[in-house]
Amino acid sequence: MTNSWTDIKNTDLVVVMGGNAAEAHPCGFKWVTEAKARRGAKLIVVDPRYTRTASVSDYYAPIRPGSDIVFLMGLIRWMIENDKVQWEYVRNYTNASYLVKDEFGWSDGLFTGYDEEKRDYDKSSWDYKMGEDGFVQTDPTLQDPRCVWNLLRAHVDVYTPEFVERICGTPADKFLTIAAMIGECSSPTKTMTSMYALGWTQHSKGAQNIRGMAMLQLILGNIGVRGGGMNALRGHSNIQGLTDIGLMSNLIPGYLNIPTEKEADWTTYMSTREFRPIVPGQISYWQNYSKFMVSFLKAMWGDAATAENDWAYHYLPKLDVPAYDAMRMFELMNHGKVNIYFCQGFNPILSFPDRGKMTEALSKLKMLVVMDPLATETSHFWQNHGIHNDVDTASIQTEVLELPTTCFAEDEGALVNSGRWLQWHWAGATPPGQAKHDTWIMAQIWTRVRQLYQDEGGVFPDPILNLTWDYADPGEPMPDELAREMNGRALATVYDPADPTKVLAEAGQQLGGFAQYRDDGSTMGGCWIYSGSWTEAGNMMARRDNTDPDDTGAYLNWAFSWPANRRILYNAASCDPQGKPWDPSRKIVEWTGEKWEGYDVPDMPVTARPGEVRPFIMNPEGVSRLFSRGMMRDGPFPTHMEPFEAPIANVFNARMRGNPVARVFETDANQLADIGDPEFPCVATSYRLTEHFHYWTKHNPVNAALQPEFFVEISEELAAERGIARGGSVRVWSKRGQVWAKAVVTKRLRPMQIDGKTVHVIGIPLHWGFMGSARKGFGPNSLTYQIGDANVETPEFKAFMVNIEPATEEPVA
Amino acid sequence: MNIDLSRRGFLRLAGAGVAATSLGAMGFGGAEAAEQAHVRAFKLATTTETRNTCPYCSVACGIIMYSKGDVKAGETAELIHIEGDADHPTNRGTLCPKGAALKDFVHAPTRLTTPRHRAAGAAEFQEITWEEALDKIARALKDDRDANFIQANEAGVPVNRWTTTGFLAASATTNETAWLTYKTVRSMGIVGFDNQARV
Repeated sequence: MTNSWTDIKNTDLVVVMGGNAAEAHPCGFKWVTEAKARRGAKLIVVDPRYTRTASVSDYYAPIRPGSDIVFLMGLIRWMIENDKVQWEYVRNYTNASYLVKDEFGWSDGLFTGYDEEKRDYDKSSWDYKMGEDGFVQTDPTLQDPRCVWNLLRAHVDVYTPEFVERICGTPADKFLTIAAMIGECSSPTKTMTSMYALGWTQHSKGAQNIRGMAMLQLILGNIGVRGGGMNALRGHSNIQGLTDIGLMSNLIPGYLNIPTEKEADWTTYMSTREFRPIVPGQISYWQNYSKFMVSFLKAMWGDAATAENDWAYHYLPKLDVPAYDAMRMFELMNHGKVNIYFCQGFNPILSFPDRGKMTEALSKLKMLVVMDPLATETSHFWQNHGIHNDVDTASIQTEVLELPTTCFAEDEGALVNSGRWLQWHWAGATPPGQAKHDTWIMAQIWTRVRQLYQDEGGVFPDPILNLTWDYADPGEPMPDELAREMNGRALATVYDPADPTKVLAEAGQQLGGFAQYRDDGSTMGGCWIYSGSWTEAGNMMARRDNTDPDDTGAYLNWAFSWPANRRILYNAASCDPQGKPWDPSRKIVEWTGEKWEGYDVPDMPVTARPGEVRPFIMNPEGVSRLFSRGMMRDGPFPTHMEPFEAPIANVFNARMRGNPVARVFETDANQLADIGDPEFPCVATSYRLTEHFHYWTKHNPVNAALQPEFFVEISEELAAERGIARGGSVRVWSKRGQVWAKAVVTKRLRPMQIDGKTVHVIGIPLHWGFMGSARKGFGPNSLTYQIGDANVETPEFKAFMVNIEPATEEPVA
Repeated sequence: MNIDLSRRGFLRLAGAGVAATSLGAMGFGGAEAAEQAHVRAFKLATTTETRNTCPYCSVACGIIMYSKGDVKAGETAELIHIEGDADHPTNRGTLCPKGAALKDFVHAPTRLTTPRHRAAGAAEFQEITWEEALDKIARALKDDRDANFIQANEAGVPVNRWTTTGFLAASATTNETAWLTYKTVRSMGIVGFDNQARV
């Protein structure tokens, strides 16, 4: 989230699209209710299903799963056509006026540079025209046909209300009503917030869905302001933290990158990370990259990381592919190329698509280690449970270790909520039986491996033998020790660069924030964006002062919010180029004439003058991007792409399948139904229920009693067409698998008219498996395919094709 | 009298008292005092309160856990109640249908309590000690790493990566667990590293 849960009360209009906060994030959704009750805010819901969020909305419209980009580009087109644009914001805080290379273009659903063979773009034309002075060429009048604004206008021209109706199945009049409501928020004193979740991310073009809304929010001037923003409602309590700390194939904590093979040495690695400003006078904050990186390497390898060995750069692995993400690993596993796999609090046999492939892949491992508080399906994948897990146990040669861990109640530390708040929590219960903290387990495994390398030697032991492990008890590092390490501390005296006589931190002291990070080896810090969370003043994440001066919703003294305890990202954009709030009643920061100050930590060096330094300081442009250059693999503007399985072909290009640059492994390609395949006529989508959390709460007898049994949700029309009774048994099948379920027949789903065809949508909740207290059932992953988003490899769970028929009875195993 | 006597038990006893003597003989004040003495103490008064946050979705509602016993004092603590934290700015004491049943998640019948091992082809798990389990894992890691670690690519560039072992990290562990996991996994050169944010 750019903003926070408590900030939602400041909005005038909430758009929930790609999520269902009332059911999946109930207590956060109360801030929507608050905005409606206190400010008269309106709520719009666009969703394939009339959800409980929709039931309390002011306006609802249906949409076909997987067609969101059409709707969003349609909205942008409408805003431009009807002059619903926050012009001063667009001119000053976006790249609307920047000129784009003449070679760039778009036709037949594809941008320039497409290589069908490689399934990739040559992105060299997707960039600005640069002047000889090294700065970007612009036309502030927005007259030049090659400026971003005019290219955007041309790009969205095709997305008329009629086109939206044809592709999304949303009636044009409903679309127009929504467009008009949203258009009001182009006023500097009206704000809209976007709340989305996995309904937008779990698509082969999920990142472009989100970009589509981000662009709309920029055009309306809603980024950086109270009650505005792009608010990703994250699905779990700490996937924000796990991502911040870089537990991904290609990440280093704080959104730094693991090197690739092309970056053979430190100089080459750093050469593409200079982030020189491309407009005069701009601050480009990523120019501090080397400080964050060197401090990270010092946190890892201490004295073994020196200027002479490039800070132990070669201790880091280098990638030969963009990432060894989970789906790539399962593909490799399925080819017998992975021997050992760890699942720490993760149940991939139900969480990843294509259950059949998952079972096959895990069966080829030599060893599977599962660390979990619960007996999961993954740790029991080899056990036969009839139709619910029909495996030949004896033939599965995988050795499985199931290690009992603590859960939240027995553990201490910080979780990061969707609003980037790091909140500390304390242990209040004794772990059951021999269950252990994950930290103990990881330390025990790692110290044993280190011991083996010490005793036996072995291949490249250096990064293991030199890893910093200076914990009081090496067998069980404590949460406070680890938190301090992430915050960072001075290894030598750190001086103020503006006044070299002024000491900022003595050696051994905790750093006050990432501004004190250095790239000369005098500081260490595991995760720069968390710096400030555990300073010399103590644990900032444990703060519990819930006062909120003038009720802004900022709660600056509650816990710690990264970065730098800032509550609203890009908050300097809440002010005009003179530094005064666009909406004085919603002030968050302002320029006093000498400095920035306000209710929040300014997202700007405090003495940087507005008008001279632009507010998007993380971009070398200083402004936000309506045109994202070559930063995304599938285009600088979002363009309509059908899901990999769809009822109709892409209207721009019938040959184009799904996202034209998404990675598709051959085994998965062979498992796809043809476009418009009459055997699989229904669009299916997965969703959550409010009574359950993923595959966890079925272990809780209370939740298992509330929603005991797997079902699928269908419309009355589809039920009548197929002769399915309310509560009757059905079989649902895709090209990859089948499930049996009870049919819940509702008015919440309605058939849609898509490009002249009637299309039914089937809803498949995701909370059942074969372990726990609920009745045994299936997950949607028995039906879905393993193809992910082209940029981030999040699997396409939200749109795939199936068929359905009445089942006389569930087959007995 | 036994002060643990329940209210219903007290009334039953009082009834027996009426039969034997009379309520009047016992005296009104006496009855009140007896009643006072027998009212069960407020259950949560003897518990330890601990602040925590809900482990489910990313709203991260504040919760208060009530336990018999104090973990901080080194005692065995049994969780007996969880409620929303009214001081928390986000949820202000409220919880959803999932959060409201959190205590029973902690006590789920399928909580794991002992390390277990399933041998290749075996039909059941067998209990195993922590020492055995950890030694087995460490041995397997060392052997696989030594056998499959890639030190340089064809061009001779040091790449120092290990692709035959992978690690899928959690979604609800603390930042501190995440950082220790990061250090452990990265120092060994594992690149097949991912977390729940992927899905």
